[in-house]
Order: sequence, then C-alpha cells, then structure tokens
Amino acid sequence: MSVTEKASTRGTPTSPQRSTAPSVAQSVWLVATREILVRLRSKAFLISTGILLLISVGAVVAGGIASQDTSLDTVAVVGSAEAVVESTGAFEIMAVDTVADAEALVRDGTVKAAIVPSDSADAVLPVTVIALDSAPLDVTGALSVSPEVQLLDPAEQGGGIAYLVALAFGIVFLMSATTFGGTIAQSVVEEKQTRIVEILMSTISVRALLAGKVLGNSIMAFGQIVAIGLLAAGGMAVTGQRVLLADVGPAIGWFVVFFAFGFVLLAALYAATASMVSRQEDVGSVTSPVLFLTMIPYFLVVFFNDNPLVVAIMSYVPFSAPVSMPLRIFLGTAEWWEPLLALVVLVASTVVVILLGSRIYSNSLLRMGARVSLRDALKR
Amino acid sequence: MLDIRGITKRYGTRQVLTDVSFTVGNGRMTGFVGANGAGKTTTMRIILGVLTADAGTVLIDGAPVTASDRRRFGYMPEERGLYPKMKVAEQLIYLARLHGLTPHAALRNTTDLLERLGLTDRSNALVESLSLGNQQRAQIAAALVHDPEFLVLDEPFSGLDPIAVEVVMGVLAEYAAGGAPVLFSSHQLDIVERLCDDLVIIGDGEIRAQGARETLRDEYSSPRFEIRTHGDASWIRDLPGIRIVDLTLDAAGGHVVFEAETDAASQLVLQQAIARGPVSAFNHQRPSLASIFKEVVQ
Repeated sequence: MSVTEKASTRGTPTSPQRSTAPSVAQSVWLVATREILVRLRSKAFLISTGILLLISVGAVVAGGIASQDTSLDTVAVVGSAEAVVESTGAFEIMAVDTVADAEALVRDGTVKAAIVPSDSADAVLPVTVIALDSAPLDVTGALSVSPEVQLLDPAEQGGGIAYLVALAFGIVFLMSATTFGGTIAQSVVEEKQTRIVEILMSTISVRALLAGKVLGNSIMAFGQIVAIGLLAAGGMAVTGQRVLLADVGPAIGWFVVFFAFGFVLLAALYAATASMVSRQEDVGSVTSPVLFLTMIPYFLVVFFNDNPLVVAIMSYVPFSAPVSMPLRIFLGTAEWWEPLLALVVLVASTVVVILLGSRIYSNSLLRMGARVSLRDALKR
Repeated sequence: MLDIRGITKRYGTRQVLTDVSFTVGNGRMTGFVGANGAGKTTTMRIILGVLTADAGTVLIDGAPVTASDRRRFGYMPEERGLYPKMKVAEQLIYLARLHGLTPHAALRNTTDLLERLGLTDRSNALVESLSLGNQQRAQIAAALVHDPEFLVLDEPFSGLDPIAVEVVMGVLAEYAAGGAPVLFSSHQLDIVERLCDDLVIIGDGEIRAQGARETLRDEYSSPRFEIRTHGDASWIRDLPGIRIVDLTLDAAGGHVVFEAETDAASQLVLQQAIARGPVSAFNHQRPSLASIFKEVVQ
C-alpha cells in the first residue's frame, strides 16, 4: 500500500521553484514580518516596551492602593444591627452570632469594625460600633444621618476620575503613536538613505512596501496596546478594583478599536512625510507637523476633559477620537450611535490619508538630497 | 532578449533621455558607456520600472515588460545599499523571497552564492560590519540571489578590488554564457573592452553608437597602419597613396606609422617591405574603446 502511495506522490509534478509571482498580499506580509522581526530584535524597543508595561502595572497598583478607601469595608454585624447596616449599603456584611465573636474578628483584623445592637436605650442610633484602636470615621460617617442633597447637574463619574481616564488613554495613545510613528519614519528613511529602496522598488510595488511597513508596525503597536490593556484589566481584577473595571471596561474596548484605525492613519502620515527627506537627521523636523497633529488634540482633551462641548467635538476629530470617544463612553455622555459615527469618520479619513500618503511616498522615494516639497510629492 | 524602444524622459524642463533605443541580446554581455549625467542610470531605472518613462517601451522577447516580469530581473543600482543592521544571509533570503522564491529555494541560492563570492564565513555578520569590498560582494549577491533571467547592473565594478573584479567578471560571464541578457554600465573602459560583446554608447541622453564591439572598432578605425622592419624604412615615404604619420629609424630597424588611401596601397607597403628584408610587425591600428568613446560623445 505504501508503495502505491509513494508512486502516486512521485507522479505529481514537483512545485516550480518560482511561483509565477508572489501576490501583493504575500509581498505586504513579507515586508511586515521583516519590520516585526527587526523591531523584536531591537534592544531599544524591548526596553521601552518593558518600561511602558511596568508603568501601566504600576499605575494600576497605585490606583488600587489609592482606591482602597472607596472599596467596601467589611464589618461584622450582630443580630438586629444587620438591618441598619444593610440599609446604608456601604459595607460588606459578615453576620456573626455573638458580640464576642464580632470582637474577635475586629481583633484579628478580619473586619474593620463590628456593629452590634446598642445597649443603652437613649442612644440616637440603635447600634454601637466596636473598633480596635481608633474611631473608624468612614464607618461612623456611613452610619450617621445626613441631610438630603439635591444635585442640579449630577455627573455620572467624578471629575477627578475623568481626568485620570483621559490622561491614561492620552498617554498610552500618544506614547504608542509617537514611538511607533517615529520608528516607521526612521525605517522609511533608513531604506532611502541606504538606497536599498531602489532594489525594493524594482521588486515589489511601492504600495505593497508602504502597506507592509504600516501593517508590521501597527501589529507591534496594537500588540503593545493589547498587552497594556490586559495587564491593566488583570491588575484591576487582582487588586480588587472590580467596580472600576466594570466602569472602564467598555471604554477600554472602544479605545482598542479606535486605536487600531487611528494608529494606521498616523503611521501612513509618518511614512509619507519621512519619505520626503533623505537623512535621519531631517526626520525630526519633517515629521514634526504630524507630531503636533497628534499632540494638540491630545492636550485639548486632557485640559478640557471637564468641558463636554470640547470633548464632544474632539471625539469626532480623527486625531483625537481614539482618546476622546472612549472618554465620553466612560463618562456616559455618548449616545450609542456616536462611537460608530466617529469610527466611520476615522476610517474614512484613514483611507484618504493612505491614498495621499502612498502618492507622497512613491513620488519621494527616489528623490535624494534636498527635502522634497509637499507640492512635488503630491504631483501625479 | 531585452528591447528598449524610443524611451524619452524629461525632468521638468530638462530633457534627460531622447528616443533611446537599443537591444540587449540573449547571452550577450552588453556594455553601457557614457559620461556622468549622460542618462545611464535613468535608462536602467526605467528598464527596471523604478522610474516611468514619458514615452517608449521596454520589451521582453517582443512583449511589453510587466511587473511580474521585473521579478526575473537582477538589478544592481548605482547607489549601493542593503539594510545595515541585518545579517548578510538573512537579507539575501529576504530579497529572494520578495522575488517570489520559496523559503527553501531562497536558502539554497543564498548558500550557493555566498560560497561562490567567498562570503560564507561572513554570512551571519551584520552588513554594516563588513569591509567595503565584502559589502560590494554582498550587493552583487543581492542582485543574483533569485536566479534572475536578465541582469541590469549599474557600475557593478566600481569600488571593487582587483580580485573581486575578476570574481564578478567570472560570475557575469557565466550568466551570459547561460543565455541571459546582461546589461552593465561602467566607467572603467578597459573592463568593458575586455568583457563586453556589444556596446551601447550614450551621450546627453541620446544613443551615439551601438553594436558588436568588433564591428564598432572596425567602423571607427582610421586607415592607419604600423610596420616594423629590420632595415631602413624611409622608402615608404615615396610610395603612392601613403602619408607618413611617424617614422623612427634606429639600430633595430625602422618603425613607421602611416595612413593609406586604399587597402591596396597598404598591401603594397607590406609586399615591398618583405621584398627588402624581414618584417617583424605589420598591423591595422584599430581604435581603443576609449578613443571611440571620445570620438562619439564629442
């Protein structure tokens, strides 16, 4: 049986050494894998990624420590005190049978305080709080009676947390965009400066080359973002910030989606502008307009995060949408269709930028020496 | 066969190529010669599709060249360059794969080529760490790694040490012997003279002369002859249809350079000389490439 099998395989024609021509997709993928490989080998990249991941873990842990106060304290309750404590909704309740059991839990630190039925008949509240060494102000505060407060314009999330979320999305987006944007710019100029671009252009189409570079770097940036997102979410879960996670989760999800497209847009811009110069020294100056395009909306969002109008406008501007729209989702100020509309705007502008960018790119690649003017670069 | 037909290229108002047409035959080493700025690099870039021509076509065996045909070209640009931070072998494999080779074939070709170019022990070195000569060899390997069916090489010999020149000449001759059309430009006219079968001379964006090397030499040769005799040679002066260019007489005999109006007149000189005594040399002085070049581009 094996003999016939062998014979039949031998009968099939051996695959030709050269397939007719690799498809565009194959070329793009080859370029992208080279970009990824080079990046993974670069010490600078590995170190900066490590630092970024450490920072995000650190931020989550710090946030966890800071938010310990706001998480629910556990208190031990005895008998009729349970009803009183439950009505406040401010505590995790651990019901025990006797006052002595409750005191024991306070002593060994399992609970922050014990709340037991009051002994004295003339007490204002029918409960007594038992604590270890000092009066637990947050426990007594939660149990005390406060006058009713009426808010005219209630915020769904506090201003402080909105600022932090805006800052976090902003920093992550800005850092990723500038690092990977800068990397693309450098790699474009490297190919131009070392002149290997002429060999590449004689082999694959310029669009495939550009697409491969953008794809490779986008995958890396996206991978970094996903790693940060998972670390942050995991960190929140581990440090017991489930409440925060539930609030931020959908915003993070949208952020990842917006980031994917927003990054491709920036990457194409970086590649196109960088192709206009021939030396690494000139990369900084030629790509600085792109850097401003990234930074200005970001600062607007961070500084005006309490101004709903500015944030709403910025959530539709392609450069700031990845930061601003998730922020609005987190604040609950976006209608359900708004992120979708903003996404459509972002994707459309990404397509336009890619088309313009590839024209600039292919017009500029062979022009060595002086910087190519934008008008020349856009010529047909 | 590679056919370049009526290529015209203009940069803004500057006319760079005017109706450039020539042929690179199968198995023919074709030298492409011209002064700096004459349009060699532009022509080669257009053949490779790196630049587009304003007019004219490039044909392969009579059909216009397509993007996938261009993967069958081996190209060495004038401006050299590889990724400085990639290993030599890795880079060659990458280029081979971009040209459509399977990973297996890419690896095999890379190994073979590095062996042939004497770079095997440097295959895992970063390109930037190679000596200049070895970088040039790596560059040639990059042009050949995908088993091209056509070679277009812009100044393949510049920057090579004499040993590397021999190696590269050998490799190119091998390709031509295998039937591939080979077009290469060079400033080193002596190399072109030794190596090429056909010549294309370009000046100011126009083809000034082209054809087989020997045909061109015949075409551009003057009716000038040289003769060495053992005895006195001053009698040549008196023969009809002969003009003396240079005449030296010494103990060894005479050395005369003369121009003959007709072939018969030059033959008469030889007959008379033999009748008078031993003749140690008689030849038709044919122009060197350098002098043809000078003549046609001026």
